[in-house]
Amino acid sequence: MEEKQQQKKKKNKYSIIVPTYNERLNIALIVYLIFKHLREVDFEIIVVDDGSPDGTQDIVKQLQQVYGEDRILLRARPRKLGLGTAYSHGLKHASGNFVVIMDADLSHHPKYLPSFIRKQMETGASIVTGTRYVTGGGVHGWNLMRKLTSRGANVLAQTLLWPGVSDLTGSFRRSVLEDVINSCVSKGYVFQMEMIVRASRKGYHIEEVPITFVDRVYGSSKLGGSEIVEYLKGLAYLLVAT
Amino acid sequence: MKHIIKILSLLVAITAFWIGLLETSVVPRSNAWLLPIYLIVSLGCYGLLMVGVGLMRFPTCPQEAGLLQKDIAEAKEFLKQQGVDVGCD
Repeated sequence: MEEKQQQKKKKNKYSIIVPTYNERLNIALIVYLIFKHLREVDFEIIVVDDGSPDGTQDIVKQLQQVYGEDRILLRARPRKLGLGTAYSHGLKHASGNFVVIMDADLSHHPKYLPSFIRKQMETGASIVTGTRYVTGGGVHGWNLMRKLTSRGANVLAQTLLWPGVSDLTGSFRRSVLEDVINSCVSKGYVFQMEMIVRASRKGYHIEEVPITFVDRVYGSSKLGGSEIVEYLKGLAYLLVAT
Repeated sequence: MKHIIKILSLLVAITAFWIGLLETSVVPRSNAWLLPIYLIVSLGCYGLLMVGVGLMRFPTCPQEAGLLQKDIAEAKEFLKQQGVDVGCD
């Protein structure tokens, strides 16, 4: 059994797609942390940089010198083209049979990656997503207003969309499904919600693991009125389209 | 099937049931008239309750913030040694 798992581990390759825009420092930190926490796994990091003016790509090139150009791939695009297309762009260059997508801002800590991989192996799920709403998960640095909107948005989505997972936005998830990405049309963070909802409608097996979500500067992640409007529009779109 | 159609058919089913109640007068008509209002009010209560419970039980992780700062310091140290330019932020 042990041996079998070892073999399985060797066969799987994980492509980690990290979209960046002006993440000069963060991309270095995240690469270091990924290498620290994923020691026995075969993986590659695909950085999709949208022409950051702050020199993110120079840092990625320096990181390639340290870790090797076959482990860190820089697949830049000329200008800011959005999150959703960044994932499908990265996916085109991915050689792994599993894909991890994560934010570069360290709100998703790479130390949870092993638990994603373990969960997938235990359950054979097609998608593993992180959730902040269960024990072991959680947030830090959110004020009451932020928590309230997050909760309200979540209850609204649960009631209207019945997605079958407890956390719709802000998670890394892993999949073998180009299928799902290709049928998504939303932009920005509604895209993440659309991906999970579509996957659940298509009947894919989705599992969740607890993750924590830390604001590095207390209260820096704010939700303004325009984000709430965007969210509601996304919700309405998903109601009609899926 | 589109999701909105599922929800609409659920609504139609509830409306049909309500009209049935009105017609057959199993319950007094004056009570049956008020049922949709009860439904809306209880839906609202359910929503508020879920948000409230969720807020109260919102898991927080203050210890994670410290751990993250430690990880960042460690990463910066290592990367500096490797000659990666992480100086300015």
